[in-house]
Amino acid sequence: MTSKELMHRSEVAVSVELETPDMTLNIGPQHPSTHGVLRLIAKVDGERITEVEPVIGYMHRGYEKLSEVRTYLQITALVNRIDWVSGFANEVPFILGVEKLMGVEAPERAQWIRLILSELFRISSHLVFMSSYPLELGATTPLMYVLREREHILELIEGVTGGRFHPNFNRVGGIKPNYGGGKQTKTQSMDLPAGFFKATLKAMDSIDQICDDIDTLVTGNELIRARTVDVGVIPADKAIEYGMSGPNLRASGVAYDLRKVENYLPYDQLDFDVISRPGGDCYDRYIVRLLEIRESAKIVRQAIDMIPVGPLQAKVPRVLKVPSGQVYSRAENPKGEFGYYIVSEGGKMPYRLKIRSTSFSNLTILPWILKGQLIPDLVAIMGSLDFVLGDVDR
Amino acid sequence: MSFLLELGIKVILMLAVVLTAALVTIYAELKAGSHMQTRIGPYYAGGKWGWAQPLADGAKFIQKEDLAPAKADRTVFGFAPYVVMMSTLAVFAVIPMGPDIVATNLDLGVYFILAISSLSVLGVLMAGWSSANKYSLIGGLRAAAQLIAYELPLVLAVVAVVVQAGTMSMNGIVEAQQATLFTIGGVEVALPYILSGQIIGFTIFMIAAVAELSRIPFDMPIAESELTMGYLTEYSGIRFTMFFLGEYASLVALSAIATTLYLGGYAVPFLPESMENFAGPGIFLIKVSFLVFLIIWIRWTWPRLREDQLQSMAWRWLIPLALFNIALISVFKVVL
Repeated sequence: MTSKELMHRSEVAVSVELETPDMTLNIGPQHPSTHGVLRLIAKVDGERITEVEPVIGYMHRGYEKLSEVRTYLQITALVNRIDWVSGFANEVPFILGVEKLMGVEAPERAQWIRLILSELFRISSHLVFMSSYPLELGATTPLMYVLREREHILELIEGVTGGRFHPNFNRVGGIKPNYGGGKQTKTQSMDLPAGFFKATLKAMDSIDQICDDIDTLVTGNELIRARTVDVGVIPADKAIEYGMSGPNLRASGVAYDLRKVENYLPYDQLDFDVISRPGGDCYDRYIVRLLEIRESAKIVRQAIDMIPVGPLQAKVPRVLKVPSGQVYSRAENPKGEFGYYIVSEGGKMPYRLKIRSTSFSNLTILPWILKGQLIPDLVAIMGSLDFVLGDVDR
Repeated sequence: MSFLLELGIKVILMLAVVLTAALVTIYAELKAGSHMQTRIGPYYAGGKWGWAQPLADGAKFIQKEDLAPAKADRTVFGFAPYVVMMSTLAVFAVIPMGPDIVATNLDLGVYFILAISSLSVLGVLMAGWSSANKYSLIGGLRAAAQLIAYELPLVLAVVAVVVQAGTMSMNGIVEAQQATLFTIGGVEVALPYILSGQIIGFTIFMIAAVAELSRIPFDMPIAESELTMGYLTEYSGIRFTMFFLGEYASLVALSAIATTLYLGGYAVPFLPESMENFAGPGIFLIKVSFLVFLIIWIRWTWPRLREDQLQSMAWRWLIPLALFNIALISVFKVVL
């Protein structure tokens, strides 16, 4: 073998040795921080992610198809289970859409009760975020304190609707009446259990208290700030481009809230602020949610002051038949814009139901935002987007 | 007494003490962590306060099937927990619980401790590599990078103690802390090193110790929300128990080292020397449990850092600070 050949051989050996192909890391579907069954196929160079491909559909339950063979009343039971931490908030836009198609409007009291319950579910959903996000960053303790307070909210919801997660409380033209509640006065009525307002006000105080506690335990923590500030920055134009909504969009500096924009439920009579922050990083997404809990508590307090006395149910035919037509109805879910496109051809069931779910649209930014991040930041960013897999896959 | 008999007695006593301490620490973590989280924690095992919970957990783990992944390097995989365990247990050989209550009073005790305790990273790396799991591999590599980064400030902090004490023997360091510093009204006052100039060193040592233990806020090698369980992912049954016990034994070990180096070991000021063999172990254990509680407290309070933040903290802050500390102590030693 000539020396030239030897040199060539050694060069080949060196180049083979130095070749470090990217490792493919399969994160999920069973992984502690994917909130269920999201799967990410990540190409990693060391700890740095060069490319990520989300794979969804592990929790597809076919609700859109199922809705075509369900009556409108049965569908409310289905849509509860889309985003299961904010069940009631999923019902509202659907029922409003059906009411719009039928040309009925729920009585005022029913609307206010819907509003109060929506806000309670918003608080509950954000509290789940407040508990799980520090957990993803490694702090195990906030979970316990926050979920303890969330229990007050769930008890209130259970008292009114009978269910903790899946209330199934809306009816076309009103809400489900609760017989045996006594006479119809401000404090005692057929819809809300006795002492509901007092208990709610007390719960709102404890919510404010836990927000203070979270502030001292989590917000001011130097390590939390080190992990979240300037991590996963989503600029406003990118957030709009990817169709993000809700707290994730507002944390990018776009003060867009359907409660102000869309004319639904008596939100226009209430005095509340749209929380938005300019940064667009994980920390801002966290802060927006924390402040929204306080805002929601404020809304609930006002609503309890303003709720009128009156009937709960508008006149609707016993057999619900929706006239043919199409409607897109949307509302501000705790996680963002939640919409239903209902196509009716007359009859008891919708011809087609398209669900615009929030988490699905919020997740579409993942491949863009995760590119070039570290694995620990992947967890921080995914957690800060606050998605629910049932909401992604439907 | 023949040498072998003495050795056997020492080893058995040592194992009994260390493993009991580890079990008690596990129980303390279960209970203290629970109460910090508004939970009650173990309640039924053993009849009262759930005192037998660690034993019950251990019995459960031993019953579990000892699984190894098909592609794992079985020899290395099986050997790794014992390397970690051994490096922890060996540390206790030189830690004095009284003037005469010590397995071996090595002249180079400090050196021995630093050498033997850094072997544990080998076991962790073996575990991560041999598991044939990508999460384990990342966890093992993180552990290696982290333990090397924190070994340095730890060693440098200890160097300052050695400079001040003028000896590397653990007994010698405890005795050096009983030397009279000054006298007030005829009363001779001796202070442990934490109160006589080593407060910076103690802080650095404790931070580095928590990092060595891979506990929150430095638990990236395990980081269950990122790497499922890091290098422990594929371990089950008795091998996992070894890792688990080893982790808590080294928690006790590092607290014991810190007690000896900074808190005056088995001695307290104004305790007559004749009492030390009798009261020493008790005093020593009280001090150790205080430090153990401190580390448990940190774990249930803070989130975890990121790997690069941890590295920059070690190299950019702790090491320069430790070097400064050595310089400071040396100057004092020369001047005073």
